[in-house]
Amino acid sequence: MTLVAQSVEQPTRTKRRSPLAETWDNLRKSWAGMVGLILIILHILIATTSPVWIPRDPLEMNAKIRSQAPSVEHLMGTDKLGRDVFSRSMVGGRVTMVVTLIAISIAVVWGGLLGIVLGLVNGRADELIMRFVDALLSIPWLLIVLLIVSVLGTKMWVQTLTFGFTYGILTVRVARAAALDFVTSEFVLAARARGERKRTIVMKELIPNVRDVLLVDGAMNWSWMLLGFTSLSFLGFGVTPPTPDWGFMIAKNREILGVQPWAVFGPVVMLGTLIIGINLFADAFAKALGLDRSQGAPV
Amino acid sequence: MIMLVIRRLLLSLLTLFIISLIVYVGVEALPGDSATGYLGQWATPESLAALREEFGLNVPIHVRYLNWLGDILRGDLGVSMVKRKPVIELIGNRFRNTVVLTITSALVGIPLAIVLGVIAGLMRDKLPDVIISTTSIVAMTLPGFVTATVLIYIFAIRLEWFPAITLVPSDVPVIELFDTMLLPIITLTMIMVAHILRLVRTNMIDVMVSDYVQMARLKGVPTRQIVFKHALPNAMLPTINIVALTLAWLVGGVAIIETVFNFPGIGKLLIDAITDRDFALVQGIAMILSGIYIALNLTADLLSLVLNPKLRTARGH
Repeated sequence: MTLVAQSVEQPTRTKRRSPLAETWDNLRKSWAGMVGLILIILHILIATTSPVWIPRDPLEMNAKIRSQAPSVEHLMGTDKLGRDVFSRSMVGGRVTMVVTLIAISIAVVWGGLLGIVLGLVNGRADELIMRFVDALLSIPWLLIVLLIVSVLGTKMWVQTLTFGFTYGILTVRVARAAALDFVTSEFVLAARARGERKRTIVMKELIPNVRDVLLVDGAMNWSWMLLGFTSLSFLGFGVTPPTPDWGFMIAKNREILGVQPWAVFGPVVMLGTLIIGINLFADAFAKALGLDRSQGAPV
Repeated sequence: MIMLVIRRLLLSLLTLFIISLIVYVGVEALPGDSATGYLGQWATPESLAALREEFGLNVPIHVRYLNWLGDILRGDLGVSMVKRKPVIELIGNRFRNTVVLTITSALVGIPLAIVLGVIAGLMRDKLPDVIISTTSIVAMTLPGFVTATVLIYIFAIRLEWFPAITLVPSDVPVIELFDTMLLPIITLTMIMVAHILRLVRTNMIDVMVSDYVQMARLKGVPTRQIVFKHALPNAMLPTINIVALTLAWLVGGVAIIETVFNFPGIGKLLIDAITDRDFALVQGIAMILSGIYIALNLTADLLSLVLNPKLRTARGH
């Protein structure tokens, strides 16, 4: 009697993990990425809550305690006008964060949408616009921003729109390239074969797929934008005093660098940790999403 | 191929033209014109009107623009109202200083970046690579003025090896500027090296795992020969593009570095001119810098075309 061993295969029930959970898992494996994420979150928390818990009024001047070394009352010492460096460093990122975060959102949205549409259409209008984009990108960035700022002034909304516009242009290229990749792929062809209208294709198929690329690119652009914005502040074309601002603080307190270096290093540490955090996170995020991150252009 | 070259050339000229428009209209759109800037607090409606007539400001803007453009093409960059001197005279020495600064940084930085990049690529994830890569990431992502300030603190203040800022005027012979140039050169070099090194490293890594290198290994070719005769030349190709682009970046970045070190260069002159509302000077410098930037980009593009035949038939981007 032959025993026919028949293995009855139960279909294995694998839990379907959402792409979000999968990405999060991948991200967790990279300790650099997690460090970066923690730094970013810390900075956002500090920027939003600091006015509540800082020990001193960041605007309070006291000529009697100018340029003092760190002490118990002043954790990072005082600057040359007697203001508490620690408190100013904690709130110094607020304007920077608000401007850059809003600007990067604007940039990703308008650059992304235009890029996707161009990638879809890919006709003569596309050619023309891309020529124009290339021409704009060929202009030294510093020049454009300086000109716009000196013409329109240094109000926050002006700077936000300026950065949003210029970085949106960078995003258009990336979004268009990503969209072009997908346009020739199968599911978009299938959608078109089904006779779906362009708008439906954009909403249902393209955006979710291009979104990953845009997120990583957006994170990197945020880092460049911080660089640009703080450089402007450093040159004196950014935030107007006496509002505390990292770039401006670094510029003004260089005079006492020999005597009280913490007046400069306070904002340097804050700015540095934020930028490095963003870069660490963006790198790890790109890998977690399975994207090949290309070299960002130096601005 | 010739068509491509001509197209790129025309595109560059078009860009330069667009820039001239932006520069001219942008600066002219500043609140207050040359007349108010010139007279300052002594401005009265009568004197303003008279001055405007003399400066030719009553002519419509497009006529003024065309005149200005014509002058530039003939080499006349106009006269600075604030400093009462021809723009070319004001730029002269400063341009020389900046050129010396950037060329020196490039001559030091590019070979250094290649060497370090190759080392980092060959010793991937080992200690030399970790040190090199970490330092370059930090130098690359931090703003230039931060790196510069930290370097000033370490080398000028603590160690007192170099002077912190430049106190000599712009027209001294280059030799005298030398010791004040050292820190700016180091800063610029660091940032340049960081950018270029990353690419060299990545290319080296890619090349070393490629098929023909594996083949060479299997054939028993010694590693040294593999690196120098096969890997290196191929890793270098895309690097040339990045080098030209980094030099182009310098056009913007050098302005900030010069400001940090108070170096008498054309970058700092630009920043000062904007602060002073010195229109003619801003326009003149902006055009020069843009011209150089575009020329460098064009060179980078053409070099890529020459070195990578695949790009010659590729359509668009």
